[in-house]
This record gives sequence, C-alpha cells and structure tokens, in this order.
Amino acid sequence: MEEIVLDARNLLCPLPVIRTQNTVKLLAKGDHLRVLCTDPGAAHDIPAWCRINGHHVVELIQRDDEIAIVVRVGATAPA
Amino acid sequence: MLAARMMLDQGIHVEGINFFTGFCVEGHTHAIRRRDRDKDKRNNALWVAENLGIKLHIIDVIDEYKHVVLNPKHGYGSNLNPCLDCKGFMVGKARQWMIENGFDFIVTGEVLGQRPMSQRRETLPVVARESGAEDRLLRPLSARYLEPTLPESKGWVNRDQLLNLSGRSRKPQIALARRFGYSDYAQPAGGCCFLTDRNYSRKLADLWQSRGTREYELDDIMLLKVGRHLRPKRNFKLIVGREEGENRFLSGYRDRFTFLQTTSHEGPLVLVDGNPDGDDLQLAARVTARFSQGRRAERVAVRIGNWNGSTDTVHVVPLPADTIPRDWYL
Repeated sequence: MEEIVLDARNLLCPLPVIRTQNTVKLLAKGDHLRVLCTDPGAAHDIPAWCRINGHHVVELIQRDDEIAIVVRVGATAPA
Repeated sequence: MLAARMMLDQGIHVEGINFFTGFCVEGHTHAIRRRDRDKDKRNNALWVAENLGIKLHIIDVIDEYKHVVLNPKHGYGSNLNPCLDCKGFMVGKARQWMIENGFDFIVTGEVLGQRPMSQRRETLPVVARESGAEDRLLRPLSARYLEPTLPESKGWVNRDQLLNLSGRSRKPQIALARRFGYSDYAQPAGGCCFLTDRNYSRKLADLWQSRGTREYELDDIMLLKVGRHLRPKRNFKLIVGREEGENRFLSGYRDRFTFLQTTSHEGPLVLVDGNPDGDDLQLAARVTARFSQGRRAERVAVRIGNWNGSTDTVHVVPLPADTIPRDWYL
C-alpha cells in the first residue's frame, strides 16, 4: 500500500476535487491519498466525490485553516 | 437532474459530467469570504449525482475554454457570456468523453425557449451540429417538440415517455421535481456563471483594456471575484480586501504583486496590479489608509511590499472618502 500526498492548498473548489480525481486515476486499489486543502468546501466535496465513485475517506482532520483528508482508493474502477 | 432521472427511469445507465471553466460561481465566494463560511458549501453537481446514485466526472476545461470566451463565433449575450458557443463547446467535450468511454448518447436538461440565446428553436440545432453530437444529443424535457434522435429511433429510449416542456417558466420543472419526490434542488440556471454578471464582466473588460490584450490566466479571473477593484490610473489597479477571509486569500498573491497593508491600524490587504511609479504607490497607500480603521487619523503607517521580498513603510494622510471618484470603482 502506498500513500501519496496531494497539495491542494490555496486551491478553491472544485479544483481540489478535480486534482483528487485525477490523482486517484493513477493509483491502485487500496492505495492511500492524503489531500491537503484550505478551502472549507473541500471537506464536503471530497467525501461526496468518494461516496459517489466508490472510494473511502479514512481520515478527515480540520486544524485551523487547513484540512487533511485521507482517501483509500476503492474497489470500483477509478473515475 | 430531471433529464438524468428520466433516463434512469427508462433503465439507461447514466454518468454525469461537470465542466469547470474558472468562471463557475459555486463555491469560490463561500470559500473566500469569512462571513460566508457558515453557508451551505455543497457542490451542486456532486449533490445531484449522489441523489441520483450516479457517478460524476468533473473536468477541468480552463485552458480550452479561453478560446470560447475570447473568440465566440456567435457573440456575447448581454454581458461577456458566450452562451451559445459555450453550450456547443461543452456538448462537444461531452461527445469526446462519450466516445472515449464507450457511451452511446448525450443527455442535457435544456428546455426549448428557456434561455434567450442558447435554447431557442433556431439555436438548439446549432449546438447539436457544432458540437458534432448531431442526433446523439437528446433533450428529454423538450424532446416531443424536436425531431427524434438516434436513441429514440433505435428504441433505446421510449419517446412516448419524454416531455414537451417549453418556455421560460420553471413551474413545470418544479412540478416534475415534486413528482419525483425532490423537495430540494439547485437554483435554476443563469446564476452559475460569472460571465453573466454585469459587474464581473465590466472588471474583465477593464482587465483586457488595461493590458492591451484579450488574454487571461486562472489567477486573473479568480482575483476578479475578490475584493473592491479600483483603477485610479490607467497603469495600475488596486484590489482591496473587504474582510478577513478576502485578506487571507489575497495574501496568497504577495509573491506575485506589490501589496500594501496598514501597520498602525487594522486594515485591508491591498494588491497592486500594473506598473505603478513612486507617486502612484503614495496614492495607493492613501487609498489603503482610507479603507483602514485609521481613516480618520491624521497619519497612517502603510507597509509597501514588493513581490521580491523588499518592504518599505510610508506614513500618509488617508484619502477622504469624497475624494475617491466614482469612476475609480470597477
């Protein structure tokens, strides 16, 4: 299992979701992607995108103005 | 949402595509302005997809979209909105995605006569033709008023179950949503693109005029959504943060712009876009002081920072509000 870090800080939604989507395409089932964001909308949008596309949020930490979301790539074909 | 739901009810496998042009209204202002942070921050496309139980693909078309904004073959609407070209472009991109992913046809929620530019009887065929989608483009909400498309003639879709909606009223769609059991839905179209906004379009036109070229980068069009924009002189413009969230957002650009901030009083972060000389920066400092808590003070200290890291502090008399000409405001 691999953990990749995606820096999406200072990007506004939906760019953090687009970057997450495009990075997940390159990963294998079970890999972890840690997405760092500052847009509070990402805390809603990335989990919603994961639910729709069969991936799993295993951790969501919001500290001050920064959010870290860890996504486990799911069983479905990458979106 | 309604068109997709009608297809799902006919047993069709549907996946959603949402294009991000950079001009989308949703999300950004919520993210930037502190006072908006408690507002609902849902992304409508994701929300709809989740409610329908379909996948959604969000596609970044920022660079390709520039050609649509800068050279619209069919011209602009009442502002800088190139709606007909935009529709043709997006359906064309959807067609490309359809081919690459093994899908058979495209569905949109367009309604005949709903929009003045892109959804008239004369322009619906233009979108189908110029996008290359031709008869693989189905508009289920108005299909009964239009020629049968390939999915109908092939029997993939039952035309008898499609609708004959037309006109500007949204009441039939609202009634249909209720019939499907939806009490919550995205606000009807028109407010989802900054290019339809008069104030935004004026700022974009000013950007092009001041640079002498009709070009833009993503940061340019993002910054037009933030702060007060004042152009005291042709060679420079000021972007003044209106509150904490905007100040924080603008501070992310300090490595690319000259910036000003009051140090003796609470005040906004101000970016300078253009090529100001020394006198211009003095004027910019007085404007910065004017929008600070020190607007009535005799002197206000203003730090002027350069993108290369150098800083200087000046002490200025705040510009009286009534000496800021109205036409400085963009």
